[in-house]
Amino acid sequence: MTKETLRRKERLDRGVKVRADTIYAVSSAKEALFLVAPRAVLIVGLLAAPLIAPNLYWQKVICLIGVYALLAIGFDFLAYYTGLVCLGGAMFIGIGAYMAGIFNMYLGLDPVVTIPLATIIGATICTLLLLPALPLRGVYFAIISFVYPLILARIICATNILGGTDGLYDVDILLNVWTNQYLVLIVVLLCCFGLRKLVNEDIGLVLRGIKDNDQAIRASGMSITHYKAMAVFITALMGCFGGAYLAHLYGFCGISLFAMDFSIFPLAATVVGGPATLVGPLLGTIILIPISETLRAFGALRIVFYSVVIVLFIIFWSEGLLNWGRRRYEQFEHWVRV
Amino acid sequence: MSLVIYGVINSLILALMAIGFALAYSVSRVPNFAHGALYILSAYLCWIFLNELGLNYVLCIVLSIVITAIVGWLIYELVLIRVRGMPTSEIIASFSIGVAILEFLRWQGLRGGTYTLPTFAPGTIYLLEVPVDLQRISVVGIAVLVTVLIWLFTHYNRIGLGLRAIAQDERAALMLGIGSDRAASIALALGSALAGVAAIVILPLGNITVTTGYEVLIFAIAVCICGGLGSWTGTIVAAFVIGFAQILTVSFIAPHYQMVVALLAVILILIFKPSGLFGTQKELEERV
Repeated sequence: MTKETLRRKERLDRGVKVRADTIYAVSSAKEALFLVAPRAVLIVGLLAAPLIAPNLYWQKVICLIGVYALLAIGFDFLAYYTGLVCLGGAMFIGIGAYMAGIFNMYLGLDPVVTIPLATIIGATICTLLLLPALPLRGVYFAIISFVYPLILARIICATNILGGTDGLYDVDILLNVWTNQYLVLIVVLLCCFGLRKLVNEDIGLVLRGIKDNDQAIRASGMSITHYKAMAVFITALMGCFGGAYLAHLYGFCGISLFAMDFSIFPLAATVVGGPATLVGPLLGTIILIPISETLRAFGALRIVFYSVVIVLFIIFWSEGLLNWGRRRYEQFEHWVRV
Repeated sequence: MSLVIYGVINSLILALMAIGFALAYSVSRVPNFAHGALYILSAYLCWIFLNELGLNYVLCIVLSIVITAIVGWLIYELVLIRVRGMPTSEIIASFSIGVAILEFLRWQGLRGGTYTLPTFAPGTIYLLEVPVDLQRISVVGIAVLVTVLIWLFTHYNRIGLGLRAIAQDERAALMLGIGSDRAASIALALGSALAGVAAIVILPLGNITVTTGYEVLIFAIAVCICGGLGSWTGTIVAAFVIGFAQILTVSFIAPHYQMVVALLAVILILIFKPSGLFGTQKELEERV
């Protein structure tokens, strides 16, 4: 007869974590370090990255990481804090890029003006386009956001407006490689920490309420369409900034900016980095983009790679990297007899 | 007159594309975003069997539909069963499976006009002085046949009745001993098989391309949303509405705007009657 032992893992908060939640955090160096260290590593690491990058190619990759990170953080915010699954990151990028291209080429504005202008006007357009799907929950938002980039690309091809299939290829290029990198990295950090702040404010509570039980929010006399539109607008701001920035980075905007990469990558980064953390997607981007750059020779296979990664993580490790890391950092665990 | 005939044919094509998605969704409540990929996959498999292995055409058709059904069943058993009930993960998982299949085929070299399936019977007949080729006639025949078979299956077969019970009231069905997961996996397999049938009937009219996969997904979901998610009558009616709208735009405006028509239909439905044309009983829980 085998001896049956039932064990379970017990998790307890580390003492330093418990103390860091209280007044000790400001009065003791160890607790302060416990709180500051992970954030400092992220900020210093990101800001030092351009200095470490060996050549121009990797400096361009850092710019790309910034753009994709904006998309991924936005996706995480929409999907896990508001309950809207956005399959159309390409729509934000494309609209932002074309806005910047239009202002720059047809109106002759300087990039210093076009990027903020394209960000705000592009985000407004995106929000208006997505508005019909916002009062509902379920698959409606996902499918509508998935259709728009395909349709916009097709309309541009068919009607031959805005350069048609060739795209606009005379957009001003941002030449200084240092300002390029630091511009996008600082925006990423601001968005990341800003959103983390935002989801702990009152509006964050309302948004999570919409995700979990929208009838309760409605019963409290708040318009869920209004709040969802705000969340979409914030995400669109980030995406459109990425698009406008990309247009000026390459000096080009074409229908390739409506490509599938921009829609599927945020999903992969979020699932890998850890959903519902907002920093996780950034981490996922930092890991995935260099891998995918080394796979550049395989072309379309990169999208397959992202998709397979998503499926594997969802099946085998749905908590993702950051949720796991955070648990290890804040808690210790050991086996106990039941 | 040709508008009416081609409108009917186009509507039935849309209905064929959508009915598999509608079946899988109404039973399992999992939106199968891999539907378009399964559609293309079965056509591609059929092409491989036919041109690389040189099998008999009928055998190819049967094999590819069966394999597609198995793939759909595997997708449910291996992946979707673990995330069922979490809407965000359901969409992410099924969408990425679909993208993985489609983009893998694109990498395999699925582009251009080389991939075409042979028509069942060459030739053209005249219906009220409008020339219609026999493939389109067979589309009509098979669409009607599939609809009738599904109706018979869900009304007179034990398994089919079980599927309908789960679709109508999952908890009551569970109490009567109908396994929800089993029903859902059967529904996904059936839905995938229907995607395969649709592909093999419809694709001889055009090329097998990756873009078609995305389009089919969009058309299928557009039809289902307009008809009311989960309502089978609604799906057929909505297929006719969108089908005729598409044929009218193609003949009077320009041929590029079929997808715009589908999107506009969805947006109008969402604004004016979000539960869809026939989804009345779910109006309260979906309109929030």
